[in-house]
Amino acid sequence: MVKPHEYLTYKGRAGQWAWLLHRVTGVGVLLFLLVHIVDTAFIGWGPALYNKAMAVYRMPIFRVGEVLLAGCVLFHALNGVRIILIDFWPETTAAHRKWVYAVGVLFAVIFIPTAIVMLEWVAR
Amino acid sequence: MKVTLRIKRFNPEKDSQPWWGEYLLEAEPTDRLLDALNHVKWYLDGTLTYRRSCAHGICGSDAMLINGANALACKVLLKNLGSTITVEPMRGFKVIKDLLVDMEAFFEKYRKVKPYFITQTPEPEKERLQSIKDRERFEDTTKCILCGACTTSCPSFWANEDYIGPAAIVNAHRFIFDSRDEGREERLNILGAADGVWRCRTIFNCVEACPRGINVTRAIGEVKKALLFRRF
Repeated sequence: MVKPHEYLTYKGRAGQWAWLLHRVTGVGVLLFLLVHIVDTAFIGWGPALYNKAMAVYRMPIFRVGEVLLAGCVLFHALNGVRIILIDFWPETTAAHRKWVYAVGVLFAVIFIPTAIVMLEWVAR
Repeated sequence: MKVTLRIKRFNPEKDSQPWWGEYLLEAEPTDRLLDALNHVKWYLDGTLTYRRSCAHGICGSDAMLINGANALACKVLLKNLGSTITVEPMRGFKVIKDLLVDMEAFFEKYRKVKPYFITQTPEPEKERLQSIKDRERFEDTTKCILCGACTTSCPSFWANEDYIGPAAIVNAHRFIFDSRDEGREERLNILGAADGVWRCRTIFNCVEACPRGINVTRAIGEVKKALLFRRF
């Protein structure tokens, strides 16, 4: 059977890395959602506990985590749209690498300014 | 040029684990990797085992993992591989010895998609005619040589060896989109099952690996669409 590290050592090109990132960001977003369900559920035990949980999110390390989360959501969304387009218009596969690069460029254009604004907020 | 070949060796009768054999040889930059492997086998170590037949990219015998990516040893030139070249057997198949892998399960899946002409209607008096346009519909998927480079580059196949795999889908596509064939429904039923086309995650490793330049992911996508919309 193929060992886990062999998934990383196969020298695939843009498509393989996009797939791997899609998985990683998907798991990242899922983990956040699980935590988010727990913290929202705290409201059931009254506002004091809920506010305490929310205060944790305002710690600098969580603020940086929020930037990462925004990155995960953005990449997963953009790449997801790429996959949907390929699925419904298979002829677009002729330029398959370019689609991945387009996702990369679009991600950078949206994410970099967003991250700067979010991190400025942390520094304040 | 001087070339070092690092070949993943494994003899199940003697070795408990695979090991790397290193072979230094003098070769021309325009030699193919297959020439270098032949040199090792003929002059340095006769126990090295691998498949090769036509040596011209047609028979599909010598697909292997070359510098980390699948390719045919008879189609890559040494000048494009650097001075140290790693050669491993294709991933996901059982290794019989060295670079020789057991492809029986691979061909079993190929047979599963009924890769032959199926008709129910009576035979016409002359040949079954086809327009140029209808012939072009499946031109790309006629080129497959069943080397296994696509299937063994696919992470979906690595994760689930029951996945029918890109090669079998390509060969099913060749008949599904043939206007003369009447076995479309049988094949689509097989490909629509849990281990059929839906395991494809459009990773494109198959497209990058195919030595015949087949747009495998497009073929798989067209089969997916055929399953969804029954349009051909």
